[in-house]
Amino acid sequence: MNTDQCRETYREEASELLTELETSLLELEESPEDKDLIGRVFRAMHTIKGSGAMFGFDNIAKFTHEVETVFDQVRNGKLPVTKNLINLTLDARDQIRAMLDGGNAAVPEKASEIVAGLKALQSGGGPVAKQEIKSEAKQVDVMSGPVTYRIRFKPSSDLFKSGTNPINLLNELRQLGEHKIVAHTTSIPLLGDLDPELCYTYWDIILTTGRGENAIKDVFIFVEDMAEVKVDVIDDGGSFEEVENKKIGEILLEKGDLSSGDLKRVLGSQKRAGELLIEAGVVDRAKVEAALVEQQHLKEVRDKREKAETATSIRVPSEKLDMLVNLVGELVTVQARLSQTAISQNESSLLSISEEVERLTWELRDQTMNIRLLPIGTTFSKFKRLVRDLSRDLGKVVELTTSGAETELDKTVIEKLNDPLVHLIRNSLDHGVELPEEREKDGKPRSGTIHLSAAHSGAQVLIEIADDGKGLDPEVIRKKGVEKGLISADAELSEKEIFALILAPGFSTAKTVTSVSGRGVGMDVVKRAIDELRGTIEITSWKGQGTTISLKLPLTLAIIDGLLVKIGDGYFVLTLSSVEECVELTKKDVESSHGRNIANVRGQIIPYIRLREEFNITGKRPGIEQIVITATDSGRVGFVVDQVVGEHQTVIKSLGRFYKNVEGLSGATILGDGTVALILDVAKLYEKAEISETAS
Amino acid sequence: MSVSTITETTQYLTFKLASELFALDISKVREVLDFTTVTKVPQTPDFMRGVINLRGSVVPVVDMKLKFGMSMTEKTVNTCIIIVEVTIDNETTILGALADSVQEVIDIEAEQIQPAPKIGTRLRTDFIKGMGKHNDQFIMILDINKVFSVDELATLQDSTGPA
Repeated sequence: MNTDQCRETYREEASELLTELETSLLELEESPEDKDLIGRVFRAMHTIKGSGAMFGFDNIAKFTHEVETVFDQVRNGKLPVTKNLINLTLDARDQIRAMLDGGNAAVPEKASEIVAGLKALQSGGGPVAKQEIKSEAKQVDVMSGPVTYRIRFKPSSDLFKSGTNPINLLNELRQLGEHKIVAHTTSIPLLGDLDPELCYTYWDIILTTGRGENAIKDVFIFVEDMAEVKVDVIDDGGSFEEVENKKIGEILLEKGDLSSGDLKRVLGSQKRAGELLIEAGVVDRAKVEAALVEQQHLKEVRDKREKAETATSIRVPSEKLDMLVNLVGELVTVQARLSQTAISQNESSLLSISEEVERLTWELRDQTMNIRLLPIGTTFSKFKRLVRDLSRDLGKVVELTTSGAETELDKTVIEKLNDPLVHLIRNSLDHGVELPEEREKDGKPRSGTIHLSAAHSGAQVLIEIADDGKGLDPEVIRKKGVEKGLISADAELSEKEIFALILAPGFSTAKTVTSVSGRGVGMDVVKRAIDELRGTIEITSWKGQGTTISLKLPLTLAIIDGLLVKIGDGYFVLTLSSVEECVELTKKDVESSHGRNIANVRGQIIPYIRLREEFNITGKRPGIEQIVITATDSGRVGFVVDQVVGEHQTVIKSLGRFYKNVEGLSGATILGDGTVALILDVAKLYEKAEISETAS
Repeated sequence: MSVSTITETTQYLTFKLASELFALDISKVREVLDFTTVTKVPQTPDFMRGVINLRGSVVPVVDMKLKFGMSMTEKTVNTCIIIVEVTIDNETTILGALADSVQEVIDIEAEQIQPAPKIGTRLRTDFIKGMGKHNDQFIMILDINKVFSVDELATLQDSTGPA
């Protein structure tokens, strides 16, 4: 790996750490006492600093060091977590990001400003106002990594007299985590001498738990004065490389079952340590067995951890993934050809192979698409920051709640979704949620809520942005729509259709332009972006109660279900999800509508577009044509084609730069026989037809 | 582009459009294919013949003869699609160029290449990098990036688009 690659890797890693840092900081703001969070912030800073210095990002290292110093004090409890500190650290985060993006450019004044602010905090000069932070923040139960303990539970012989059943205690311990229990039964006398009311046994318990030592001590809290309980940490969950599996002799030594002199004496000969020790009579067999169990348990725990550490994830450049998707796309195409050939040859052995290949191909396709899926949560955390900063600027109190962060979506979809979501959230904040005073007047809580949620529904993902603001006023939108000439004054529109008007280009209801939204970039940009992703937008709103914007998006962009149709010699594909039905169009039908492009389908009037004319395809029309009826935003529209071929798994290929100006086509795909079919953009085609008809 | 910039490469692929000999810098040529089925993309100018499937990629095909104001390329046994790499806005794309026949790969020394005359070629002079001579025959060396620049293809597209 050369230096450039190293630096690139560092950049990637650092930006991931910065995202984590941001999330942790925002969480810390909510619960300033959480030691675990402080630790996370500190660690992120520390790693950024350490690797920064290693790869020559000296200014980042230097700057981060300053911030880290402050957090070191916070970690040690010397400094409280204040709003001011969080603000400064967030600024510092942005500064580090800027430094990362700008290469190793000189530190601008901003950095020294932040450092000065942090210094002031350290010296106690900063406005330390702990009350600013939510006071209800609770101490969160610290969940650290799993630690392995050795517990020796040696009850006094009259334990039973207090009514305690040691089995219950052990069972309680079992619930804490992975465990091994060894009972020491050597002191049990012969049956004749045995007093059933006395406890002769003691136990060694090896327990791996993340609940901490106190949880263990709690188990024995009632028997403390009747038993000897010794808890030792034998493996602290640290890196497995550093801790070697313990030798049995060492374990016995540690437990005090064996003195080091005895051990040395015995180790002189060559047999296995355990057996030697028994033979030499220094320890009894049961103790050695207990030690052996402990050794095994530790080994298992470490093996498991090693496995987990190596198998969790690997980092792959996205180009490699794209290449894989391309290859799978080609494989799908070739497989279609194979199936076609196999069917036409009608040879059973070939058919079975082709079916096998088909099954494998689809599995491979699904898996590959799966790899590209990422949880949408990464973008959600970004919005938390956005809402926090914006609401501060606007003087509003807004809380962003999220759900379904684990919902997975194609990487490209997530990337392209970012801008529209930012826009929608800005809108909700700016136009939706009212100022705290207004809210109080309306009897709503001072703090507004924007809820961002994601969920799967079939092959689609549903994303909702819901606010509890003032909602949309259909009358105002209607008036504005008439004013702008988007609708005629007497048009009868449903509420949904009225709300959809705000998505039209050139529509903006905000009277004044604020820094947040209304900068001439309207909802139409959002609409276009969602259209590009083959998604849909729906707006629902209740006046005074809030607005919900729902986005429906396909899981992936690379492969769609299509309907293959034929016009002349050319093949075209329509997105199957938009197709409602196919009906015949006979010459008689055409005559009965007097040459107008309107069909009567079960009493409903459906306008249609003749693709043959639209695309200037020459040749003779067949006697019976087909109308493919699709659902668009503007209602049902038919497309007349020569023949409907059938369903087709469509691997979408770009038409490239040279055809990017072609309207009505959204791409191309390769058919089973190797020829190229074009994918129709139904909405665009309709739009075009509408424009040309209104113009004429 | 001046002649001085083409001193390094000396190998060219020659091909015929009608009976005229043209040449392309060999480093720009990726491969030569037989003429296959071309899918016409509707509402595009005639010289954009359509798209082909090049091992799973959709590649546009341009009829160079139509582009240069000659008659449309007819399909014969010798008709070829030359797959070339074009750099547009620092991005490399591939496209196919139709030629009546592909001839050979030849060496032309830099000193044998002259700047194209400003008049008389009946071609846009900025399309031509220079004029070479081989076996007493003139060869027009094309500047492929200019011929297939997006501006060049897009402007024409608009003018022939539906009015």
